[in-house]
Amino acid sequence: MNQGTVGVVSPQRVVITTPLQLDCGRSLPSHELMVETYGQLNAAKSNAVLICHALSGDHHAAGSHSADDKKTGWWDNCIGPGKPIDTDHFFVVSLNNLGGCKGSTGPNTINPETGRVWGPDFPLLTVRDWVRSQGLLADGLGIAQWAAVIGGSLGGMQVQQWAVACPERIRHAVVIAAAPRLSAQNIAFNEIARQAILSDPDFHGGHYLAHNAVPSRGLKLARMLGHITYLSDAAMRAKFGVELKAASPSFNYDVEFEVESYLRHQGQSFVDRFDANTYLLMTKALDYFDPARDFGGDLAAAYAGAKAKFLVMAFSSDWRFSPERSREIVRALVKSGKEVSYAVIESELGHDDFLMPIPHYHAVLKNYLARVADEVAG
Amino acid sequence: MSAPQMLRADLAALSDWIPEGARVLDLGCGDGALLAHLTATRGVRGYGLEIDPANVSACIAQGVNVIQADLNEGLADFEDQAFDVVLMNQALQALARPDAALAEMLRVGKKAIVTFPNFGHWRVRASLALGGAMPVTPSLPEKWFNTPNIHLCTVADFEALAAERGWRISRKALLDHDHRSGLAIRLMPNAFAEMAIYELQKG
Repeated sequence: MNQGTVGVVSPQRVVITTPLQLDCGRSLPSHELMVETYGQLNAAKSNAVLICHALSGDHHAAGSHSADDKKTGWWDNCIGPGKPIDTDHFFVVSLNNLGGCKGSTGPNTINPETGRVWGPDFPLLTVRDWVRSQGLLADGLGIAQWAAVIGGSLGGMQVQQWAVACPERIRHAVVIAAAPRLSAQNIAFNEIARQAILSDPDFHGGHYLAHNAVPSRGLKLARMLGHITYLSDAAMRAKFGVELKAASPSFNYDVEFEVESYLRHQGQSFVDRFDANTYLLMTKALDYFDPARDFGGDLAAAYAGAKAKFLVMAFSSDWRFSPERSREIVRALVKSGKEVSYAVIESELGHDDFLMPIPHYHAVLKNYLARVADEVAG
Repeated sequence: MSAPQMLRADLAALSDWIPEGARVLDLGCGDGALLAHLTATRGVRGYGLEIDPANVSACIAQGVNVIQADLNEGLADFEDQAFDVVLMNQALQALARPDAALAEMLRVGKKAIVTFPNFGHWRVRASLALGGAMPVTPSLPEKWFNTPNIHLCTVADFEALAAERGWRISRKALLDHDHRSGLAIRLMPNAFAEMAIYELQKG
């Protein structure tokens, strides 16, 4: 397979001056989004693809930020020339969602009304709010309809919301490793993550920046917990084993097992790159997501107005959003008579597999998107 | 798009059983050739169910709606009478419970159309009677230990099951290896048919 890279990319700051009404009742008179684009928009503006990121993702999905930058975007194995999301055919738009902490308007940016950092005063958001914000971004780019909206995990929830809320603006919905709503278990994990942050003495009710503090212990714990849910039991066993690192137990609380050092490392590196208020807000948006809520819990009724064709994918070893959860989406789409394909990818890692270049996964995605590319070629 | 002349003979034999514009569920749809053909020529809408990953990607490459699923787990994802036709081509004999699968087909579909290799064919009988070994024929090329065909039946067995369960046979075709119906098949169907196509409805 002839696969290339999108190369060096530069993020752009897009200022959206249309007021945004939020589900919580508040509104933002304007907001900014960090955006990267890859590939060329065709003359008919019909080949645009939106990438929706997951909990800790951002706008930097592909390529690198400088020639000597070895760290590529979070989905670089999937986006590029000749890759499943083929930038030879598509104009790919990737953003840092509103409320994020990578430059888009969010808790760690300045509230223009007060001149101070938003912190905990930043409004809580829903997936619907994100889709509204992304809709305004599309307006600004002159994109009336996305050829496809694609996302994994929390990104897959945004895709579903696009299909439900803006049926005319999305031709294809690619929902990967997602669920139609969280389970009680999912919400429970989120709640523990939030409590870890909220109870950190350095949290200061969310005003930690004003106190020159970072609730690093809480954020680290939250991320450690998250990482347990991203991996399967078998993957953890294979990756880390359960052997002591030393010849004998040291009878203290230092790192003695490989998995402990992995979780501590993941937790610590997250503290260095992520904002606690954003983490709280993102987990809350996940908890609130439920397109069926407005339809008496009937998911098929929620999808009834959708016009997109769907590709739903799940991973066999994912227990955070298991294949059974994707089947709920498929069942509801079939019931409401929508066009849908569903693939279960045999996998080992767990939820994180949606970021991996598993051959069957990428083959399905590539085959599907190749048809989309033919459809929208202008 | 697959031109009609490119369609495999067994699929071609099936395609004129499907009404125009029908809502179709194709169980064990393979690479999606039949559904792609029916969509192009008959304007059907529907889904294929397929377990094999390579076939799932092939369906998607053809633009066929495919749902990766194990037919042995039933059709719980589908509502009662949601389809005009539920098809199953050459998969019945590979299922754990063919009778349960047929019942499910008639629950979700107004009609069930099923094809299977006739184990009553003379070549099968001769192989067992004269050779004393499990039959290996052009229609059934695998050995007993590696065949996916764990529930083979004859035309007579199938009709007995339909009668027992009260399923009405609304149409049938018994075909030779080239998917034609000849004089020998008309005279002694259970001995000369290699492939059977049955359309069932609830009695």
